[in-house]
Amino acid sequence: MKKKSPFIKIITSILLIGIGIFIGKSFFGQKNVETVPIPSTIKYRNAGLTNDTTQVASAQEFTGKIIEVKKGSSIQNAVKEANPGDLIRVYPGTYSENVYIDKDNISLQGVVINGEWPTLDGKKEINDAFLYSGNGILIENFKIINYKGNGIMGQAGNNFIIRNNWIIDTGVYGIFPQYGKNGLVEHNVLSKIADAAIYIGMCHNVDVLQNEVFDNVAGIEIENSRHCLVENNYAHNNTGGLLAFVTPGLPIKTTFDVILRNNFVVNNNHENFGAPGSTVSGIPPGTGILIMAADDVIVENNIITGNNNTGITIVDLATGDPKANDPNSEGNPDRVVILDNIMFDNGNAPTGELKAVMLTQMETKGPDIFAYGGGTGSTIRDKNKYRTFGLDNYGMAQITDTQDIPTMMTPTPVPPRSVSTEELGELTYYGVCAGCHAFGTRLIGPPTEILQAIHQNNPQGIVDYITAPKNLREDYPEMPPQDYLSEEAKMAVAEYILALKH
Amino acid sequence: MLWNNQRIIQDLVEKGRVILKVIISVAVLGIMAVAFFAGQRPTAYYPVPLLKSSCPPGFKLNENNECIAKNLYSQYATTNKAGVGGLKSALPEIRDGFSPQEIDLGRYLFFDPALSADQTVSCATCHDPDKGLGDGLATSQGKDGQKLKRAAPSLYNVGYLKKLFWDGRASSLEEQMLEPLFSKDEMGNTPENLLNTINEIENYRKLFAEAYPKRERDQPIALNEITKAIAAFQSSLVSLNSKYDQYAHGYDEALNKKEIEGLNIFRSFVARCAECHTPPLFTNQQFAVIGTPEPDGLPLDPGAEIPFNDESLRGAFKVPSLRNIAQTAPYMHSGRFKTLRETVQFYTDGRGHAVPEGENLLIHWHIWEPNLTDYELDRLVDFLKTLTDESFKPKIPEVLPSGLKIST
Repeated sequence: MKKKSPFIKIITSILLIGIGIFIGKSFFGQKNVETVPIPSTIKYRNAGLTNDTTQVASAQEFTGKIIEVKKGSSIQNAVKEANPGDLIRVYPGTYSENVYIDKDNISLQGVVINGEWPTLDGKKEINDAFLYSGNGILIENFKIINYKGNGIMGQAGNNFIIRNNWIIDTGVYGIFPQYGKNGLVEHNVLSKIADAAIYIGMCHNVDVLQNEVFDNVAGIEIENSRHCLVENNYAHNNTGGLLAFVTPGLPIKTTFDVILRNNFVVNNNHENFGAPGSTVSGIPPGTGILIMAADDVIVENNIITGNNNTGITIVDLATGDPKANDPNSEGNPDRVVILDNIMFDNGNAPTGELKAVMLTQMETKGPDIFAYGGGTGSTIRDKNKYRTFGLDNYGMAQITDTQDIPTMMTPTPVPPRSVSTEELGELTYYGVCAGCHAFGTRLIGPPTEILQAIHQNNPQGIVDYITAPKNLREDYPEMPPQDYLSEEAKMAVAEYILALKH
Repeated sequence: MLWNNQRIIQDLVEKGRVILKVIISVAVLGIMAVAFFAGQRPTAYYPVPLLKSSCPPGFKLNENNECIAKNLYSQYATTNKAGVGGLKSALPEIRDGFSPQEIDLGRYLFFDPALSADQTVSCATCHDPDKGLGDGLATSQGKDGQKLKRAAPSLYNVGYLKKLFWDGRASSLEEQMLEPLFSKDEMGNTPENLLNTINEIENYRKLFAEAYPKRERDQPIALNEITKAIAAFQSSLVSLNSKYDQYAHGYDEALNKKEIEGLNIFRSFVARCAECHTPPLFTNQQFAVIGTPEPDGLPLDPGAEIPFNDESLRGAFKVPSLRNIAQTAPYMHSGRFKTLRETVQFYTDGRGHAVPEGENLLIHWHIWEPNLTDYELDRLVDFLKTLTDESFKPKIPEVLPSGLKIST
């Protein structure tokens, strides 16, 4: 056989490599897609304006850098790298991790390409997908599946946005902001959650809008929270659709000022698979809306149909939730207002206590609206429209609608508490330094007046020293570095020490 | 530069020496004068330093001679009165505003066994600064080594608490301390005997006159002055500078990888620790029935059922703070668990698994079956150890006004 010349060999291999790269690129490579890089933030329409305008008064602006996370890398690493104001964009791929955000003003945006979602998969091994404690957190466009605890959980953190997420079977809760003020939970789809799909716990001023919740024990739950709007959601085939209640024994004791408006609450007849002992494990299947011990709840313009126990249940704590008593929890639902709703086909198969109660009325069906136990001042707009039980003392509603309340969110962002440099210096001096330094006396380190004498007019000297102390003096123990203080706090305390008079 | 510093220090030391000499000569003269004029005093006089005029660490003196709490948590907005939330959340309101003298007088009283009937037990016997302000015992020992029913809780951050005792039966420190003082099993005293004892000690008469300058000169020391001074001292016991706190304030490197894993398990909704042990105090100050076992042979402690006369609170206890928890073994109200590891294990062994037969406790909803792995339990322990901070540990007085020996 005639030998091929080396030249032809080289040409052939280059050609082959070229074809390989081309094929590889076109089959496996990421398409170069243009996406909208910046998420829209909370728009504060009402700041200084009347409620009937749609003019945007203020909105958060993105000032930071954009960090991209691609398949195979870690979202948490991006969070570590991020500074307040930054946007983290996560591309399609599976990320099996627990992402925790202990910083302020971080935005995480999934980038969905060609129907492929960036997916956080807990594999039923990882506890939570997102945990955050910072203010101004935005999480959108993620698919979150198979976690043990929560999809997205916030502990404190004001001005949050949780949006456009698709959450399936993430354990106890899907979306659970706790102790937050001013937040928006919208356009999420959640299913197969063993407690509440969306759980607003001990929060203030939260809007829950346009979410779809199904196949969960509880759809949307407003618990020990105030000033919440639940609007335009589709809650179907949960054990209970929408819930507003008080759980006793929590540090924040009340739920009031809640509007449930323009929701579809349909066929919430799923069997209850809540964990034994949990509050929701006591919810009878077939519960459309449950109001327990919450005050000033308005139910308006919902379509509530096909819920086999009752359309709306209004109970006190003693009836609904036998738990250890809490003398500081008031257990009656007061001043509930039921406005116009469309209700039919509810109560087809009542269960448990309700069934027994209805049998005493020679009824085998559950009512559209069922009220039981204590509570005063509740009203209803057109009682005759519905099949009701226990509404004898409900008067005529004093309002016809809640049009004048477009949102429960605050008109401007909840501001962080701002401390002056001097105040920060003072807090640091007394809160940290005072353990070892004091005026006029030796505690562990040298007295404060000696520090002043050494670093006269030189706060940077103190900053450098506390960051990396060099033991200059044999008669004193070495000072541990205070490098954990922020640069701002170090300079503030240095200046404060030098300015101290006594 | 260094040389200059040393010069300055030398100068200061030099000046200090001169001042010291003057002070010593004045003091010697003073003592001679006292010795000369004092004549016969009813009780022995032990030289006790004057009360401090500066606040303990963590507090700033204001123009009204009040110590006001200052710490890095004061930089965060208060979003709820309960003082619960996440990492950067404000604390609940603390009891502050006591004078430095009152606090220092309280310190002497706290450590003084003169407060007990047989002059052997002080507050510090069960709240020892060297044992995390607890006593290291499963259940505390009272007078004559009597075994008491419950464990002594650590007093760190007690000034933030709205309810006291495991069963929450007292709502102020002053109210709380009357029980150990006058319980037969604990300090065994009576109000009359306590007041007689304290009023007979000249040092205390002087120190109370100093701490409460508005009182009449010869007015006898009253019980509410004693309890208020002790409450002032107890409220000054703060611990807010742990590694955890450094992390919470924004220093990511304060916790290592394992400790952060522990923090995330702690606050996850699987383990749910943070739901009741809520930062920043690591207690939400509520009652919870969790159904822990008693030490072998002891009957179930009914807890808050008794003071609140409410069956639904059977077995309920106040959620304890976890700060300095690594310093205060053993754990739970009757010290059933020796280690933190055993304690965290309890929470994953199943809802109500240790409830005695025939008891129908309303177990708290957060007690469930989180199925934590051994790895996760170890990480929880790692995290709990980051809550240690004793940088503001109180100083034990060298001499007591009563002249008695310190007993802790």
